[in-house]
Amino acid sequence: MSDRTTEATAPPGLSVPPEPALPSEGETIPHGLGATLPPADARAKAEGTFPYASDLWAEGLLWAAVLRSPHAHARVVSIDTAHAREMPGVRAVVTHEDVPGGPLRGHRSADRPVFASDVVRHHGEPLAAVAADHPDTARMAAAAIVVEYQLLDPVTDPEQSFAAEPLHPDGNLVRHIPLRHGDAEATGEVVVEGLYRIGRQDPAPIGAEAGLAVPRPDGGVELYMASTDPHGDRDVAASRYGLTPEQVKVVVTGVPGATADREDASFHLPLGLLALHTGCPVKLTATREESFLGHAHRHPTLLRYRHHADAEGKLVKVEAQILLDAGAYADTSSDALAAAVSFACGPYVVPNASIDGWAVRTNNPPSGHVRGEGALQVCAAYEAQMDKLAKKLGVDPADVRMRNVLSTGDLLPTGQTVTCPAPVAELLDAVRDHPLPPLPKDTPEEDWLLPGGPEGAGEPSAVRRGVGYGIGMVHMLGAEGADEVSTATVKVQGGVATVICAAVETGQGFATLARQIVQETLGVEEVHVAPVDTDQPPAGPGCRGRHTWVSGGAVERAAKMVRTQLLQPLAHKFGMSTELLQIADGKITSYDGVLSTTVEEAMDGKELWATAQCRPHPTEPLDAAGQGDAFVGMSFCAIRAVVDVDVEIGSVRVVELAVAQDVGRVLNPGQVRARIEAGVTQGVGAALTENLRTPKGVVRRPDLTGYALPTSLDAPDIRIVKLAEERDVVAPFGAKSVSAVPVVASPAAIASAVRAATGRPVNRLPIRPQAAVVTDPLPEPAPTGQA
Amino acid sequence: MTTHASQATQAAVLPDSLDEAVAALAAMPAAVPVAGGTDLMAQVNAGQLRPAALVGLGRISEIRGWQYQDGHALLGAGLTHARVGRPDFAALIPALAAAARAAGPPQIRNAGTLGGNIASAAPANDTLPVLAALEATLIIAGPGGARREVPVSHLLAGMEMLRPGELIGHVRVPLLHAPQVFLKAAGRTGPGRATASVALVLDPARRGVRCAVGAIAPMPLRPLEAEQWVASLIDWDGERGALVPEAVRAFGEYVAAACIPDPEPAPDGTSETLPPAVLHLRRTVAVLARRALGRALS
Repeated sequence: MSDRTTEATAPPGLSVPPEPALPSEGETIPHGLGATLPPADARAKAEGTFPYASDLWAEGLLWAAVLRSPHAHARVVSIDTAHAREMPGVRAVVTHEDVPGGPLRGHRSADRPVFASDVVRHHGEPLAAVAADHPDTARMAAAAIVVEYQLLDPVTDPEQSFAAEPLHPDGNLVRHIPLRHGDAEATGEVVVEGLYRIGRQDPAPIGAEAGLAVPRPDGGVELYMASTDPHGDRDVAASRYGLTPEQVKVVVTGVPGATADREDASFHLPLGLLALHTGCPVKLTATREESFLGHAHRHPTLLRYRHHADAEGKLVKVEAQILLDAGAYADTSSDALAAAVSFACGPYVVPNASIDGWAVRTNNPPSGHVRGEGALQVCAAYEAQMDKLAKKLGVDPADVRMRNVLSTGDLLPTGQTVTCPAPVAELLDAVRDHPLPPLPKDTPEEDWLLPGGPEGAGEPSAVRRGVGYGIGMVHMLGAEGADEVSTATVKVQGGVATVICAAVETGQGFATLARQIVQETLGVEEVHVAPVDTDQPPAGPGCRGRHTWVSGGAVERAAKMVRTQLLQPLAHKFGMSTELLQIADGKITSYDGVLSTTVEEAMDGKELWATAQCRPHPTEPLDAAGQGDAFVGMSFCAIRAVVDVDVEIGSVRVVELAVAQDVGRVLNPGQVRARIEAGVTQGVGAALTENLRTPKGVVRRPDLTGYALPTSLDAPDIRIVKLAEERDVVAPFGAKSVSAVPVVASPAAIASAVRAATGRPVNRLPIRPQAAVVTDPLPEPAPTGQA
Repeated sequence: MTTHASQATQAAVLPDSLDEAVAALAAMPAAVPVAGGTDLMAQVNAGQLRPAALVGLGRISEIRGWQYQDGHALLGAGLTHARVGRPDFAALIPALAAAARAAGPPQIRNAGTLGGNIASAAPANDTLPVLAALEATLIIAGPGGARREVPVSHLLAGMEMLRPGELIGHVRVPLLHAPQVFLKAAGRTGPGRATASVALVLDPARRGVRCAVGAIAPMPLRPLEAEQWVASLIDWDGERGALVPEAVRAFGEYVAAACIPDPEPAPDGTSETLPPAVLHLRRTVAVLARRALGRALS
């Protein structure tokens, strides 16, 4: 990786990342592992010609609209659809009475009805859906459905959930993990405590949910949508519709970027149901508001911590209570809680730990998978604790971290030994030793660099700079015994290879990686990745870096099987084993270079196919004391944040984030850089602006004006100072996933830096301006101001 | 492909002059005027509004520029934020230019207009406190070539309304030839909705300081007593910047307390304290007003 410190001449706010540049037409495109191969759809997406799910069309289609609850908690007395049905142009109105399927077990949406019947449990819960011949008609008909509610008191504070009446037949407690590790009585000479609150981040996909359902002559239905878990969504739909999985087909199309589960059940289930009811294709495009109301959010979390350390700052014990607000339905809360509890101490060696984690039901919007779930919340808290410990001991915050860092062979509080590379000390050293960015007064374009932005109110005399650290860790793949299998097929014919794998490209780069793997293994330059549907074998959901690992592994195995098929006859002919033959640039050469032929000649017009699976080694659930080998692999990231704070107004500008990450092996440098920059920026949002507020359980301002995502002016200069390439021997290619862990570490690092700048505790994310204000008197402004 | 099927009977006209536009509105009372469309089209796209007809104001060249008239500038209501933000305009009315530059991302500034900002009158609209501080007057075009003048504050306060068929034609703004400042606090570094904004202009001819605070109330607030107090302290004939720092600071506090007053004490003498978020807002207003005055006097 090139280091960007060399181009410090451009002011940090304006510098442009130097790569990856898309090769222009005619230029040779790099290929194989380790090359910056651009994504195949990059040009279409940049030029606006990529067909998204909202562009889907079928002849004679109907338009759907969903009626959603305006209340957070209410008894449904009656639903009267008569007016809606009578409206001209309306073709079908469906409610809970029209859902034929039975209950569902084991899936993340098992506890969630398609339509609320007797009670609504959150703002935005679907009650009915309409299909009509015009979108306006559908929307008006949905509004014409008369629902009589009897309002109930919403439970919106997770702390009140324990004692509240059950909000759901399954009870209010989704999961409790009481982790006990080591000596519960151990105490340290130095004790620091803190109470931390993390807000509700929304994945806020710019491409809102959209889909098209087409009925099939056999009584089944095809769902065309931007799913990230096609087989999971198919199984839920089939069971809800009372069909067999074979009768439902999910075709993945037009996926924009995804940082969370792409489709929510409240969206695609009504869609397919309407197609089955009307016998016509039905299209549904979510408005921005519906998108915010429909999909799952990051878990708002309340954390209480007590760290014990000895006089040198070595950690003795961590006590923690972690409360995750699951919202009205469980979704993936159990998994998020496992991550939160297991990583509650962070990448530090903690001999004794006593950690209780709860995920509880409330009448807030449901929380679910958003990358770094569980890990992000605890990272903000344990790093705040490390800052407090450093302050109490009077040592440098980086030093106190360095005294405790985890490395390979150490134990997690779950009793699991860290067997993968864990170069935490190396990462922390790299970010700490990186030169600090210049102060605003030393750079020419001073105005650009002030907190508050180019037309803001920033005043140089009120700006204080702070430097802080955050070290994050996440697990890769599903945990606690999840069967993380993926299947891939590779076909080669006439010098062109095709990869068929149901792993969805969500921007994580799987499709590009699959091409690179096949190029590397088979020496074929032209590789296509087939579109995904559920007629292909399952590859699982696209989250926690699993496609880089298991689907990439499956593609590699299938490609190697094809390679063997291709080389076997040649090896036989040359009288040597297939291992002694090399494929490169379309040529097959023997190890000594004496014998050679072209791939095309060796293929001899044949078509070669192979299908393979990759299944990582099994994990086990956490036991009653939160102990167990629950994770296949982990990755780590250290970030040093530099912030400028206008301490009178409390506005914060992140000047620079220096990132050092444990990646195992860089398979595509451009993509690794892009993923880290994207992740870090999502973390900036979590740290400063992104919080979906739900006073009394009702989502406030569900739009992109009310919910402020970071813009290019908010994105800091991101310097990737180190990519630690110690290969993980159990992972295919030794590579770790890169997307999630920078999201986890950057909010903690930014909060740490604001703490350093202001001396305030900063115990809440996103950081509110009043928490970054310094009220002690500042030096008097000069008589004429400072402008 | 579009999510909205085309609607055959929708009428749209593009008049070339203000009077034609007014006539078109009179002919189609259900029609909605549209200039930049940055507010209107968002509502249309969200399905909240289906105008029966549109009168586009984009081709009316007489409202897309400005002219001078007795020490005032007559600004066309169709001036875009992007145009107002340019340096030649900033030399005339610096605070309005600064507000226009802060009004949103470039795409919005290229389309959104001064008149639209006034007509939509959202509390956080950035140009409103500047127009209030400048005591701008709106020139409203009505049927039959009629023109009437309404102070911008009257319209924003709801004391006077646009009547059916009327359009904001021009905005008359005094040319003060003195420093003026617009400052804004927002939630992020990039373009964002103001949580509080302050416009402050000096009027040496009338020996006045005029200040308006935006975004914290449904309309811009004028702290008149604070203005008069600080104007009385300034040495208008000598060194304006010689005001002591304590006075500049006190002005900020004065403005903030006027705009966000303490709750009235109850009859029994007890009084509630403001919630922390409101106290922070008051502090922010105080800082903005102090900085604005400091910069205007420097």
